[in-house]
Order: sequence, then structure tokens, then C-alpha cells
Amino acid sequence: MVPIVLPPLPRSFLKALLTLLAVVAFSGCNKKESDASAAPATSGATEPASVKAKPFVVGFIYVGPKDDYGYNQAHAQGAAAIAKLPGVKVREEENVPETDAVQKTMESMISLDGAALLFPTSFGYFDPHILKVSDKFPNVPFLHCGGLYQEGKHPKNVGSYFGYIDEAQYVAGVVAGLTTKKNKLGFIAAKPIPQVLRNINSFTLGARSVNPRATTSVVFTGDWSLPVKEAEAANSLIDQGVDVLTMHVDSPKVIVETAEKRGIFVSGYHANQATLAPKGYLTGAEWNWAKIYTDYVTWVREGKSYPHLLRGGLKEGFVKLSPYGPAVSPEAKTKADEAKAKLLEGTFVIYKGPIKDNAGKIVIPDGTARPQTDIELEKMNYLVEGVVGKLPS
Amino acid sequence: MGRSLEKAIIPVAALAVSLVLFGAFVAAAGANPLDVYYDMYRGGFGTWFSFQNTLQRAAPLMLTALCALIPAHLGLIVIGGEGALLLGALGAVLAGRALGSAPPILAATFMMVAGAAVGGVWVALSGAMRTLRGVNETISSLLLNYIAIALFNHLVEGPLRDPVSLNKPSTFPIADAATIGNIPGMDVHWGLVFGLLACGLSYFLVMHSVHGFAARMIGGNVRAAALSGIDVARLTIVLCFVAGASAGIAGAVEVGAVQHTANATLIAGYGYTGVLVAFLARQHPLAAIPVSLLLGGINASGGLLQRTEHLPDATVKVLQGILFVVILASETLYGRYDWKILGRAAERKSAAVVPHAEPLAPAAGAEPTQVKGVA
Repeated sequence: MVPIVLPPLPRSFLKALLTLLAVVAFSGCNKKESDASAAPATSGATEPASVKAKPFVVGFIYVGPKDDYGYNQAHAQGAAAIAKLPGVKVREEENVPETDAVQKTMESMISLDGAALLFPTSFGYFDPHILKVSDKFPNVPFLHCGGLYQEGKHPKNVGSYFGYIDEAQYVAGVVAGLTTKKNKLGFIAAKPIPQVLRNINSFTLGARSVNPRATTSVVFTGDWSLPVKEAEAANSLIDQGVDVLTMHVDSPKVIVETAEKRGIFVSGYHANQATLAPKGYLTGAEWNWAKIYTDYVTWVREGKSYPHLLRGGLKEGFVKLSPYGPAVSPEAKTKADEAKAKLLEGTFVIYKGPIKDNAGKIVIPDGTARPQTDIELEKMNYLVEGVVGKLPS
Repeated sequence: MGRSLEKAIIPVAALAVSLVLFGAFVAAAGANPLDVYYDMYRGGFGTWFSFQNTLQRAAPLMLTALCALIPAHLGLIVIGGEGALLLGALGAVLAGRALGSAPPILAATFMMVAGAAVGGVWVALSGAMRTLRGVNETISSLLLNYIAIALFNHLVEGPLRDPVSLNKPSTFPIADAATIGNIPGMDVHWGLVFGLLACGLSYFLVMHSVHGFAARMIGGNVRAAALSGIDVARLTIVLCFVAGASAGIAGAVEVGAVQHTANATLIAGYGYTGVLVAFLARQHPLAAIPVSLLLGGINASGGLLQRTEHLPDATVKVLQGILFVVILASETLYGRYDWKILGRAAERKSAAVVPHAEPLAPAAGAEPTQVKGVA
């Protein structure tokens, strides 16, 4: 007889395998039933239309998780608004890196899902990815968040939109300037790029418009999503005496939570983070993508021409402010509402000379006003007076 | 016979077990496993488009896998592929810019060589520290990744930055002549061919050359290798260089074929996924090809799973994790069972059980009494 060492393990192994198979098959059957019963409840708005006519499929692509309390969530909220439109079906994909993976995702949405309109929402998707894929599908509009479109240089089926969110940061700065007791504000930023610098400067200008003694200490973390570094930066700023924090990173979650835990005030960014800091949340600069997405979907569906470059601020409804939190004083509310009203009128210019950088050099001379559309602001490479921090040269 | 049978049965069984476990997982997450399997097939392999998607995603993995796989034969666990890829990409950008007026083939070749050289030196550092100073190569290569990322970001956002790249800091783009196109007739760039070639060449280097044999001797017993006259330090450094070079080529391909500049989007984790591929391939250079395709396919289908099954993105990561654990666990099964005997026994059993069912029964019944007696 040849001894076989086999029996114990494989038999139990096989049993486990069979059990698993059974579980899987069983739950599979269950799902089918529950699916059928749940269908009318979950997708009632889109289903009847899809029976009548082919639904209009819109694809949304996010660079991070769509529940990040930040950049991606703001876009996903816009997508959710689209999904409620009759006859529109939304397909979403999250955590798509800015590599050739996003090219394949776009192609896949068009060829496998039948998408007729794409919103690739991350800044880095534009060049080279959108430019490359849009050439292959001339009938599908690729609308990108970032404002990079240039007439004549880029394909006709590409568009770009962006908001002047620094207007909202200016108003948030007013609230922060009147809330701080130590006159020390903190700003945690990802990278020293023009968009971010503009937010830091507008926030600081807003704060100093009502409290000239306020300063903003800046920490650059180096990348868009570094939760550990962001928490460290928050703690270190708080240790230095900062009592109001704000930020420009992809997901403000960790910073908002840290601020609340340490008992200081915080102003949000991208989306509403009030639920994360019920005591200390003052207000926040938020996107209002639902409006832009609804407009675009309507234009494209009706076959109308759509703007290839769409930009706007508070006045145009591209950005908004979170409702004031419980810690905001009546005085701060009044001053902030005044600033907001002036921005909504469109008469107020944030970048009006003389403005000095934090080394004392005049960057916008007296008598020069740079309104939001001024292209010079897109090249911002300085921190204004009152910001504590240095840019890498 | 038994050995090769084992090499086929165990991985396939591990794959099947992983898929079943994954099915249970997605069922728990509220999706129908059969639909999920179908979507994975459709998204990764089912159509020509999907398969090309898979091939494209597999290409860099084959190259970065070699960065962990080749040193493994020296007994070293190197996870420095990410850093070698990034710095290789930077080297390639510098070469691609310098050679603007050269003929396309020459420019692209020079770019690959530059990427390979920089990536090679980076991983060779870990190899040298290991063999000359006894520094643990896993730790040093991991830490060198962080240094590489910091260096990369500093150069891309500082000295090498193209001032036009306002909100997405990037280097100057490479010259048009240096760009790498697609394989004719396919929507996949030449990186796939480089990956296949590199795996093939590594196979001969590692499995069928004197150097490969010497490397495995070092991996088995450094002292014995040194006593038999092998120049341990030299071979270790050279093979680590080759390993880093292949990751560097992966970086050069990303620059040449996809990004045309070097920027932070290159930090996409190809280097780390390569480590996973190397382990799943059990450090066999040719096995790295199907494993890369498998992971490429899983990633390619991940998007479809999100879109049609509304499963979170992490779903495919869970599958990768399950695969990794199950395949590593299945390693313990090698050599434990004589599959040839199993095969023969099964034959005998099926031949015996049916016609002689009755005579066998009492024998089976007798066994327990004997056991009782012993107890």
C-alpha cells in the first residue's frame, strides 16, 4: 500500500469550498429577487424614461473617493443632481488616477456604457488624456473642470469650466478675522500653485479687511491628499496659537476633525463639513456644481451650442458659502453678508492696488484693479502682506 | 510529471478559491457574484477594447515586477521599484529633451537607456548597501522610494519646472521625435513589447545562465557562494542594477508614450503593484506575464464594476488582497502531496469502488475497531 498523506486537509478544503459556493449561489439568487422588488424604489425617476427612449448617459470621473468630504464629493453632489433629471442616467467612476487609466475609463464609458457626455473632473485629466481621447470621439463632448480650454488650440468637442472660489474664501476670511481671539489664522495648503495661492491671499485679504492685526500662517503639505501630514500641520499650527483653520486640500476631513477635537474654529472648503465639526465650524467655501452640470446637460441634450469656457463666482452661482455655524457672532455675520452682497453685485474687486506681498514688495500698484477675469491673477506667484510663510523659489 | 502537474494545479486552484471568496465578499456587499464575474470578464477580457485595456495596464507591471523579481533570486526583497520608475522617468525626460533633433528611433532608444541607467543606479544603491555594509535591502529600498518621491517633486516643481505648467507642475515636454507610439494595429503602446521582451530576457538571465545560477547560490547561502569563488558583491550590485533598470524603463515608457512630461501623476503605485506581481508569479520571470495580465484585467474591469454594480473602487483592491493571501498560503502546499500518486489512486479507486463495492466495505468497517483497540 502506498501511504497517501492527503486526506485531512483537501477534504475539509473541498467542503469549505462547496459551502462557500452554496453561500454565493444562494445569496446570488436572493439578490435577484430583492433587486426586482427594490428596482422601482431606487431608480424610479430614470427607469420609466429608459423604457420609452434610450437614456442620455452622462459619465463622471473622479480622481479620489466620491465621499471624501471634499473636492470629489462636491462633484458627486453635482452628479447626483443630474441623476434626478428625467431620462438621464449617470455613470460614475472614482479613484481614477491621472495616468492612461483615465483614457481607458473615458473610452470604456463611451463604448461600453454608451455615454454621450463626459465630465472628467480632475485638473490633471486634461492634458494629455482628454485631448487624446476627445480626438477619437468627435461627437462626445468632454467637459473638464479646470478652465484650461483655449479657443483654436483645443478640439471642438472639449470644454472647460471653473469657479472663482476665492470670492467665497474672501467672505470666509471676513468671518475668520472677526472670530479669531488671538489674531492668528492658519491655512493648510497642498501645493504652491496659482489657484491655491489665490485662495490663501483672498482669505487673508478678507480677514484683514475687518481685522488688520490678523495674520495667516501657511503650511504646504506637498500633495493633494496626505491625511497624516494634514493632521500634523493642523496640530502644529494649533500649538503655535492659531485659533481658526482653513485649507485647500482635496479632502478637508482630517483638518476639520482635528480642529474640532482641539477646540478651535475651522472654515471648510470644497463641500460642507459642518457635520464633522458641529461646534467649531464657522462657514466654508463650497462649489455649486449642480448648477453648472444641469446647464451643460440641458445644452448638450437639446443640441444647442455650449460655452467651451465657462467661469463664474458667487454672482453666477458657481460657488457658495456654507451656512454660518453657531460660533459666528452677529457682527461677523453682518460684515460677511455685506462683503457677500458686494461680490454678488459684481462691483467689488478683491485684488485692488496697492497690494504688497509679504516681503514688502508692491505686487499690484495703487490705482490698478485686477477683477476676477484678469489673466494676470492666473499666474499668481506671491503671498500677500499678512501671510506668514514662504514660497519655494 | 508530478512536479509540473503541481505547478499547474496549485495556482489554478488558488485562483479559483480567491474568486469564490471574492464572490462571497461581493455578495455580502449586496451584489450578485455571477453578475460581478461577468462584468469582470467583460471589462477585462471580453471585447477587443477591454483586452487592449488590460494589455495597456499590464505593460508597466511586467517591467516593475522584474524590479522585485530579479533580486528575489539573490534572496533579496527589494521594493524600490516606485523610486526607480520615477527617477527613470526624470532621466528619460532629460534625455528626450536633449535629443530633440535626433531621428525618432534614436531619440526614443536614448530615452529608454537614460531611464534604465537612472533607475538601475537607484536600486543598485540598495544592493550595494546590502552587500557591502549589511544594510537591510527591504528597508533601504523602501526608504529610497520616499527619497525618490521627494527628489522627484522637488525637481518637477523647482529646477525642471516648465513655467507654463501653472496649476499642474510638470517638466518641459520631451521632443516629438522622442515620443513612443502605439503598436501598429493596436491601441496599446510599445511598452507592452518592452515588458514581454524584458520578461523573456530575464527568464534566460535568471533561469538559464551561469549568472542566474550564481545568483540563486547567493540566495541559498551567501557564504557557500563566496567560498566557491562567486564575486557576491559584484553580482548583487549588477543584478540590482538590472532590476532597477527595468523599472526605470517603465518610467521612461510612461513619459514617452503617455505623459510626454514628468509630473506627479507618475506616482501611481506601479512600483508597488510590481512587487505584488513578482510574489504572485512566485518570482518566475515568465509567470510575471500572465500575472500582470491578470492584475491588469482586474484593474481594467474595476471601472465597470463601479459603474454597473455600484461597488466601491476598493472592491478590486479586496480581490487583489484575497489573491495575494491565498496564493501565498498556497505556497505551503508545494511538495506536500504527491499529485502523481493522487492521480493514480483516484484511478484505482474509481476502478475499484464500482465493481468491488462490497468486498471493500468490511475492510473499511474493520479500521475503526482497530483504532479503538489501540486507544
